[in-house]
Formats: sequence, structure tokens, C-alpha cells
Amino acid sequence: MRLEIANARLVDPVTGEREGSLYVADGRIAAVGAAPVGFRADRVLDMRGCVVVPGLVDIAVRLREPGLEYKATLESELAAAIAGGVTSLACPPDTDPPLDEPGLVEMLKHRARMLHLAHVYPVGALTAGLEGTALTQMGELTEAGCVAFSHADVALADTDLLRRAMQYAATFGYALWLRPNDPYLGRNGVAHDGDVATRLGLPGIPVTAETIALATILTLARECDVRLHVCRVSCARSVAMLREAKADGMAVSCDVAVHHLHLCDGDIGWFDANTRVVPPLRSSADRAALRAALADGTIDIVCSDHAPVDDDSKQLPFGEAEPGVTGVELLLPLTLRWAAEDGVALPTALARITRAPAQLLGIAASLAPGAPADLCVFDAQAAWTVGRDTLTSQGKNTPFLGVDLAGRVRCTLVDGEIVHET
Amino acid sequence: MRNPQLNARGELTHLLTLEGLPIDVIRNILDTAAQFVSIGEREVKKVPLLRGNAVFNLFFENSTRTRTTFEIAAKRLSADVINLNIGVSSTNKGETLLDTIDNLVAMDADVFVVRHAQSGAPHLIAQHLAQVGRSHVHVVNAGDGRHAHPTQGLLDLYTIRHYKKDFHGLTVAIVGDVLHSRVARSLIHGLTTLGTSEVRVIGPRTLLPTAAETLGVRVYHDMREGLRGCDAIVMLRLQNERMNGTLLPSAAEYFKHYGLTQEKLALARPDAIVMHPGPMNRGVEIDSPVADGERSVILPQVTFGIAVRMAVMSIVAGAR
Amino acid sequence: MPVANDLPDAEATLEVLVERMRGAVAHDAAFVGIYSGGAWLAERLPALIPGDHPVGFIDVSFYRDDYSSKGLKGTGRRTSIPFDVNGATIVLVDDVLYTGRSVRAAINELFDFGRPGRIELAVLVDRGGRELPIEPTYCGARLTVAQGLSIELSRDGDRLALAVERAR
Repeated sequence: MRLEIANARLVDPVTGEREGSLYVADGRIAAVGAAPVGFRADRVLDMRGCVVVPGLVDIAVRLREPGLEYKATLESELAAAIAGGVTSLACPPDTDPPLDEPGLVEMLKHRARMLHLAHVYPVGALTAGLEGTALTQMGELTEAGCVAFSHADVALADTDLLRRAMQYAATFGYALWLRPNDPYLGRNGVAHDGDVATRLGLPGIPVTAETIALATILTLARECDVRLHVCRVSCARSVAMLREAKADGMAVSCDVAVHHLHLCDGDIGWFDANTRVVPPLRSSADRAALRAALADGTIDIVCSDHAPVDDDSKQLPFGEAEPGVTGVELLLPLTLRWAAEDGVALPTALARITRAPAQLLGIAASLAPGAPADLCVFDAQAAWTVGRDTLTSQGKNTPFLGVDLAGRVRCTLVDGEIVHET
Repeated sequence: MRNPQLNARGELTHLLTLEGLPIDVIRNILDTAAQFVSIGEREVKKVPLLRGNAVFNLFFENSTRTRTTFEIAAKRLSADVINLNIGVSSTNKGETLLDTIDNLVAMDADVFVVRHAQSGAPHLIAQHLAQVGRSHVHVVNAGDGRHAHPTQGLLDLYTIRHYKKDFHGLTVAIVGDVLHSRVARSLIHGLTTLGTSEVRVIGPRTLLPTAAETLGVRVYHDMREGLRGCDAIVMLRLQNERMNGTLLPSAAEYFKHYGLTQEKLALARPDAIVMHPGPMNRGVEIDSPVADGERSVILPQVTFGIAVRMAVMSIVAGAR
Repeated sequence: MPVANDLPDAEATLEVLVERMRGAVAHDAAFVGIYSGGAWLAERLPALIPGDHPVGFIDVSFYRDDYSSKGLKGTGRRTSIPFDVNGATIVLVDDVLYTGRSVRAAINELFDFGRPGRIELAVLVDRGGRELPIEPTYCGARLTVAQGLSIELSRDGDRLALAVERAR
């Protein structure tokens, strides 16, 4: 298939923006601007008024396979990913069973390849069964396709084991993606420990549950010289610690979940279970710090932390409801909203959901000739209402239901093929 | 966002929390309760108001005492009362909370009195009833997690008003485990709405919630200092499971610092009343001579509690 | 019969009512006024009618039959029957008799205090339109009033007045 995407605004986080056509052939970008000699497009897509960017990369998308197919499947969530312009994604190991065996990872990769939708990069479990007692076979898991190792949202209590995991990973150059999460502080908590939780009588999760674990992780990582990525930063204090570590020359990256840029604990309202997430929505001051840190680059990446949850697990009292939001389709519009509200330039904002996460995964995200034609074409002005019928994901659990957002994906290309089009 | 307890005409259709309730709604409940108090003094303690209405006592957490007071209140209103003690086990058998509600709605329930260990469960039920077009079924919160116990809060307000007449100029102290107390939260919202001059909470830091002062109270850790000049003292029950060493070293040490004795009571105003939501732990949060003393209004609280619950049920069940 | 825009003077009508009750009412009959107009009348009757007449008041809010459609309207008034109802002769007193439903509710409530020996009914004005088989024993005046209008008794100091209002 040879394609010409005509009349669009081309935004490359590396090389900048230009107007014009982009040519795709043999799964790759053939040229930008002028057509290659002798190029004849099988199809010309007139994308006037739209923006073409490298396909979005979302580093936290739960596909719910294996074991949790009643919540979602690869079919449903990869369809949701491409509807959201996401062409590559990493999936955390918190499946049932967790991704702790090479066979599970191979099966997942195989299933994903057969579907020809988005590229799937599994993240392996750091410990067997995510139980925090024994290291997994990181070598074999890497051969099977794991791009990193994590403990998902399960707190790792044993700091000795964490240190050995870092030492081992550092030996072979494996990356650890860790969410700082103290096993004791706030262990029965369901909401940020602040005035809202006090008012609503919800058990609190203090900020220290994150910062103490972050201090532990940073201290050990510095000693072990491991490739470290810090997941789901939620509070101002963590941002300050990471800013300091980076200023100190430490090679650490970090991400924030896109809903943390827009919501705070006050949005829990009257116990809206769709606002039950981990880490919890924090104070408005924390939210402001996260937004500023993302703008100044202290936070490198925005992800959706996509977690489709079935209605039966969500339509429960707040404290019993399963945490998580569906979000892979909202990553783009919510990032655009942050950029518009805070006056962040479009290429800078888009880099947080394209180039930066691609770098973490070690893949390309570029509009340069020769790059894989994983592309997202969107209309930044198109408004739509988030609703049960406008979401492709099997999970409808999002506090943004009923909210009008600007930015709708018109077309998604993976390896030069149109996989999604509206 | 509309207050989920009020219908489009501003009438109270569910009682979920005292937070955000208009002052007129609270006053109306207290005034109506006063009428019901007098009915309790008659030979026939029953009025035909809720004849033909089915009140379901849905207790997902056991509480014989609260359930009994709601049962008496509903029966005095001539309602049919159905008691359901739904242990945690049955909700683990595959039926969700909302499945249970749908089933009982199909049995033509008019009022649900809900007690649940999770904060927000009554809100979830009320919201669900609206979504399935059953807004004519009313929810009365009989205690949800740490969040609210609005009928207890109202009966405390009634008691204070009965003895002190006006909230302006009053200083009320709430002593003990405010962190886990739905009673305290409801009472604080009610007292601040009614214009109480000063509401104090007194307790060790382990038993007070984060940012407690954002509830509109003054925080004291020294009980002697906190009781000085108080007109009403509300002692909270200390649950047994709090005394196991994680929040407090021992019941004896708690009593030493925060137990209400005659000697500490003497620091309050001479006409101060002593309240307790019950059941009491004598010798833990309150000393027997105080609990049985002339300043104690703990038993009148129980009597007023029935009238307050009659008022609440008859007001919400009449809202359309 | 006079029509609504030709309302009689309330004080004069009360005199007529008192005239009709005097001599006919038992010496020890209790006067129980239905809030609010009936209560004002019941307060004044003992001074106007010879005998020893205890006075009580009834708020029928909890006995009304329109609760399911109108809900509970808080009045803040309290039923007060400070005498033994058992065997007593009671004259229920109301300002305006219309459908008869308030009187029905008041009789029901009285029975929750005991078993009266005899109940009579005194009304200032009977405007017709009965929906129950209830008739006054003593009546100050009979009026015809169009549906949709209501007659309200008001009190200014100690002086009573009748007025026509659009029904709510």
C-alpha cells in the first residue's frame, strides 16, 4: 500500500513542524514534502486541518490478558489503543497469572502480532507471582520479549530483594520500572490523606507512602547503577526529589498518569468510584506541581495507566470498587488539554506521548524518511463527548464520562497500514 | 452538582449526610421530631402516617441497637418493617450490593435504612435508584463506614437544643476517636450549619483525622484545656480494636488522658451536659459516676433518637 | 345564603355560634381546637360559654390522608390534650368545614388518647362541599364558595377576620 497523506500539518517532536504531504510506502515513511520520483499513491488521504504525528506510545496499558478477559481482551483494548492514536504500548505484568513466565509473554506477543493492531511491549514481573519473594528469570523473559521489569502496583516490602533485583538487572542492562509504594503506609487507604478523605471518612494514603518508597528506590538505584524509570508520580514532593536526582546527574526518567494532570481529590465528589485510582488523586497543589514538572521536563512521559474495569467490580462503594480508569483513548485529548491550558507548545506536549516514551522503549518515533510508518492523524479542534458509546475500550470506567474534549483521531497507521479511520 | 439528598423541589428525599443540608431542612427535622416526642408520651404511641409503607432495615454491618431504634420508629409510624441482616458473607456469594437493592425494590420497598461498613454505600444506593428510575424509594443512612451517621447527629443536635435552646454562644467538645467516627463527622456538620460558636475536637493525634481543622473545628490534644468553658461534651465510643496497641498503648492509658471523670468535668461550665452515642465503655472513655450523674443526658438521647428517626422517615417518605 | 365575595364578619359569626352552643353544650365539655383557626376559637370559647371547659389543641399533620401525595408539611405545632379523654364529652372546634377530612383526622387522633364518651363538632363557617358523612353540631354560618377558592381565618391581636384566597 502506497499512501499520500496530503495537506496536513506535520509535527515531528524532533525536527519540528511543517505543512504538506507525507508519503508512505512499504511500511515506512518514504518522503516528506515532495513525492519521491515515480511515487504513485494507491490512496490519497486529504487531511486538511489535521495534524500528523508519530504514533502515540503509551507505556501503561492493561490488556487484561491472560486471566482477566471478563474485564477486557487484546481485541477490545488494542482496538481502543488505535482509536486513541496509540501505535505502541507497554503492558504491565499485573495479569492473572502475572507475566512471570516466558511462555505467557510469548503467547501475548503472538496474539498481539496476529491481530495486526498496535505493537505490544510486555513488561515482565520482577518477582515470581508479584509476591515479592523470588526474582523471575529476567534473561528468559527478555528473550521472550519483555522490555523492562516492574512490580506493577504491588508494593515490594523486602528492600534486600529490591537491591538484589537492581544489582542483577544492572549486570545485564535490564530496565526496572518501579512505582514508589510503601507496603505499610496507607495500606488500607483508598484516597489521598487530606481534607477530602477526612470529610468523606475515607481511609487515607499519605504522600509519604510514595516519597519514602521513592527515596528507597533512588538510593538503591544510585548505588546499583541500574536503568530506572519511576512510574506514576503523584505528588509535589516526589517531583522535587526527582528534580534533585536529575540535577545530581542521575539517569532516571519518570512518568505521570494523564488523569493526575486534570483531577484532584476534590473530584471524588460524592464517592464517584471512577475516581478511585492508584496512586490516589492528590491535592490541587500536587496537581499543579505535576503539570509544571511535565512542562519543564522533570517529568518525561505521560501515560494513560489504562485499566479497564468491569461494571460489577466498579459499581461498589468507593472503598470496595476496583481501582483504575480506562484511558488509552483519552491520552491524546487530555494531553492536548493540558498543553492548551498551560500554554505548552504542541511539539513539546506531543513529545511527552511520542518521542519520550519511545526512547524509554528503545523504538523510533519520527516523521523522518525511513522511519516506520506508525502514525497518528488527528483533528485538534474536533470536539467529542466521552461516553459509554464513544469509547471503544471494553472498560467504561472513567471520571471523564460526559465531558467534552477536543482532539479526535481521524486515522491511525501501523507499519504503513491504515488500522483505524473515522 | 445538586445535593443528591434533595429532589428538584428542594425537599429532603434521602438522608445521606448532614453535610451541605440547608439549615431550614435541619430545623424542620428537629421541629418535627419535637412533635413526635409528645406522641411517645401518649397511651397509643402510634400515628398512621406510614401505613402501607414498607421500611427495609438493611444492615450490612451488625448493630442491634441502631436497628432497634429504627424499627421502633418505623412501627410507631405504622409502617411495615422488614429487618435484613446481610452479613459480609452473602455479598461474597456473587450477589452485589446493587443486586440486593434491585431485588428489594421489586418487593415494593418504600424506604431503605442502610448501615454499611463502607463510606459512601448509601450514596451509591441512592444514585443507583435514580439511574433505574426508582427515585420514589428513599434511603436513610444509618451509618456508613467512617463517613456519616446523620440520624445520630440529628439526635445529638436535638438533645443540645432541648437543654441549651440556642446554638449561638455554645461551645461543644467532641472527645475521643474522631478519626474513625461517623457520629463525630455528622455532628460537626450539623453544629457548624446551625451556627454553634465553637466546636472542639479533643484526642490524641492518632485518633484525629488529617487536617481535622478543615471540618471547622478547633483541635485540642489536652483534654483539660479543651473542656474549659464547654456547654456540651460528647464522648465518643472507643472501639475495642483500637486499643490493641496500634493506635493507643492501652485502654488504661487512654482513660488517664481522655476518660471523662468528675474532676475533668468540673473544668467545663457548671451546667454542661454530657452525651454519649452508646454503647458506653465505662472506665475507658467515661467514668461511671459521670455516666450516671446528673449532668448526663445519655438516656434522654435514646428517647429523642426514636422521635428524630420518626421525623426523618416521615419527611423523606413523603417527598415526591 | 351569602356568596364568597360577601363574607360575614368573623366576630359577628362567632357570636352566632356561641349563641347556638350556649345551653346546648354540656357543662363539662372539653373544647379541642384544630390548628390553627380552630385553636384560636377554642381558646376563646370557655370565657363565652358557661361551665368548666378544659381546652386542648390538635395538629392533624400525622393523621392526614393526603400524606402520600403531599408529603409531611412541618408545622412545628404540637397536639396537646391536657385532660383524660376516656368518657369525656369533647367538642371539636374548627374554623371552616369543607370536605370533612381534617375532622376525620382529628377524630382518629382523639381516639389514640382514649375512648371519648361523646364527640360534637362546632364550626365557625360551613362552606359545603363535603366528601365524608360529617355534619356540624353547631355552626356559625353557611356559605357557598366556588371550588378553587378557600376561606381563611386570620387573627390580628385578638380580632378574628375571614378572607377568601385562591386555594394552593
